[in-house]
Amino acid sequence: MKVQLKPALTMFLALTVLTGVAYPLAVTGLAQMLFPYEANGSMIVRNGKTIGSVLIGQPFDAPRYFWGRPSATASFPYNAAASSGSNLGPTNPALADAFKMRVAALRAADPVGNAAIPVDLVTTSGSGLDPHISPAAAAYQAKRVARARGLDMAKVQRLVEEHTEGRQFGLLGERRVNVLLLNLALDEMRK
Amino acid sequence: MTLNGVAQIGLYFVVLLVVAKPLGWYMARVYTAKPCGLDRCLGPMERVLYRMCGVQPSAEMDWKTYGVAVLSFNAAGLLFLYGLQRLQGFLPLNPEEVGAASPDLSFNTAVSFTTNTNWQAYGGETTLSYLTQMLGLTVQNFVSAATGMAVLVALIRGLARRSAETIGNFWTDLVRSTIYILLPLAVLLSMLLVSQGVVQTLSPYRIAILQQPVGYDKPVTDTDGRPLLDEQGTPKSEPATVTEQVLAVGPAASQIAIKQLGTNGGGYFNVNSAHPYENPTPWSNLLELLSILLLPAALCYTFGVMVGDTRQGWALLAAMSMLLLCFVPLGFWAEQSGTPLLSELGVNQLAGSDQSGGNMEGKETRFGIANSVLWSAVTTAASNGSVNSMHDSYTPLGGLVPLLLMQFGEVVFGGVGSGLYGMIIFAIIAVFVAGLMVGRTPEYLGKKIDPYEMKMAALLILIMPMVVLGMTALAVIVPAGTSSVLNPGAHGFSEMLYAYTSQGNNNGSAFAGLNANTPFYNTTGGIVMLISRFWLAIPTLAMAGALARKKLVPVGPGTLPTHTPLFVVLLMGVVMLVGALTFVPALALGPIVEYLHMIR
Repeated sequence: MKVQLKPALTMFLALTVLTGVAYPLAVTGLAQMLFPYEANGSMIVRNGKTIGSVLIGQPFDAPRYFWGRPSATASFPYNAAASSGSNLGPTNPALADAFKMRVAALRAADPVGNAAIPVDLVTTSGSGLDPHISPAAAAYQAKRVARARGLDMAKVQRLVEEHTEGRQFGLLGERRVNVLLLNLALDEMRK
Repeated sequence: MTLNGVAQIGLYFVVLLVVAKPLGWYMARVYTAKPCGLDRCLGPMERVLYRMCGVQPSAEMDWKTYGVAVLSFNAAGLLFLYGLQRLQGFLPLNPEEVGAASPDLSFNTAVSFTTNTNWQAYGGETTLSYLTQMLGLTVQNFVSAATGMAVLVALIRGLARRSAETIGNFWTDLVRSTIYILLPLAVLLSMLLVSQGVVQTLSPYRIAILQQPVGYDKPVTDTDGRPLLDEQGTPKSEPATVTEQVLAVGPAASQIAIKQLGTNGGGYFNVNSAHPYENPTPWSNLLELLSILLLPAALCYTFGVMVGDTRQGWALLAAMSMLLLCFVPLGFWAEQSGTPLLSELGVNQLAGSDQSGGNMEGKETRFGIANSVLWSAVTTAASNGSVNSMHDSYTPLGGLVPLLLMQFGEVVFGGVGSGLYGMIIFAIIAVFVAGLMVGRTPEYLGKKIDPYEMKMAALLILIMPMVVLGMTALAVIVPAGTSSVLNPGAHGFSEMLYAYTSQGNNNGSAFAGLNANTPFYNTTGGIVMLISRFWLAIPTLAMAGALARKKLVPVGPGTLPTHTPLFVVLLMGVVMLVGALTFVPALALGPIVEYLHMIR
């Protein structure tokens, strides 16, 4: 029985070096060589400044911007150093209160609109960093954004359409709009 | 349920079943030491490993020696991982300068990863250094999966051999699983994931300037970092503005690939595969989903090849697939129906071409309802436990599906290796039940099932419910258990039941509202994980040893064929009956009461 102790230790060390050092370093090297942009976080750089990542959402609460999903990350929304969902259950009164506040905030920012609010605009995402909203959520906000910026409604709608991603390969996932990229395009349009 | 959702789920199962056969055939060659293609380039490395460690690859072990090898190897891993977390503050590759993890958290995490559970009481980006993630967690993701595969192969040898004393050599099974199966697949998958946007870098966290600075209420803390309370006892806060975003990055892809393939499930980031850096696109989602069930499904075919009758493997795979397919539609319907809370507020939850609708709390837009629900079922059917949506926020019946799939004992695909050895045990119980009905001695694959095997099988199906229900009961009656609960009422009970169900089946997913990082949950959870992993692996090896010694019984008119649709149905019935009879009372107190409460 004791003869198994030596291989247990040496084998563990050998496999640690193989799978814990060689493997991640080899994958890092390959990734940095083949896909440097993706491997480093798909960052958006404008004028030499890093202004975000294509994959990570940012908080917006001004009427002139499209808003993303509510975020449950700690201290402040879209804290990309501490991802988190709300974990509130469907019968929790705290969730009911949060829903009411979000509905009220959306209505206050757009007193004229009376369309039903799409569900993704009042529910927090799983990661708290969801970069997307549904096309329905973008359409719901288009009128508010156009009014706040004094822009033609059709222009904003066209911009939303341009930023709507279809299902991957026409089948996978859901149709969606990247909020940060859409808002960047809005800001650039003004110039 | 939407048409597109059904199409995506259908595609998933078709691809899975198509790849199971070639991969299963390949693994059978690996375990029978036949040329498999990769041995041409990796063979020298394999032999160097044996020579370095003083292993004689041709030396066979009896089941006791095999068991000692399993236990001593895993003990070394457990101690190493514990020490690594305690010392990470002094070790290199720690750009965010995180300190030592607490003793109870280190114990829980060390057990969690050596037992292939990957329960996350820690938050990846906030409590662990790059070094701990790589040298500790990634290593265990490989070797705990390889351990499961080795034990399975030992059991298969026990069934396939006759009048034999030995069941193989643990060291060769371990090494061959790692370098011929897990490593090549992991390298391939991590590169595919990086191409989609999963991060893989050793540089520190990135900083971005926010497009719109946003005001928020900053909690006020004292010098020790504890929140200060005002006169009413609510935490004090002051207005603040956030202008930059710190983006956690790191060597994620390499760990995600193996956490999926090895049915580990411990994510790089706190929210696991819901994080856009961990699972950025629907295509990465499909790849990660496929890799959860890839090895458990393919191993069924490997089993068939190794016992000399592939129909036996297909029968087990059919039972697993159908059990899973029974429950996906229930979850899909429950989540797509949404929550009454939102209907009352006039929020639109209907599925359409412009939104997925349904209960989107805790779910990501790019995945919608279909991919979230499919993942929740697949990850709990397998003992993977990674998540791409927050199970705690599911509707009651949507959350019942993952709970129940775990409570079947992780045999519906289950963990890599461990799921199939669990299912083989259930097959033995099924032939025993059938034998009782017709009054004949039960036999499986030509091996007579005697009282000794039935004792081991009974142990295997009794230990899990005992620790799960016992610990849940304990948590309910002590303040240390109930004070961690986030959601009130029946949902809070579900959180506790889910925690021990998950750890007691080495799954690792969570109703994450429960604050699991407390000495009570860390310690009890760690013990549960240890028991359910090794007290199941050891009786399995004992059974392998006993079966190997037996002679073959010739097939007679009284033999129950174990590859027929009849047997598949019988097997499914036994799995569901054992799981349901054990857990329905507990489920009635949790999700079912909550459902009745929700619809009022």
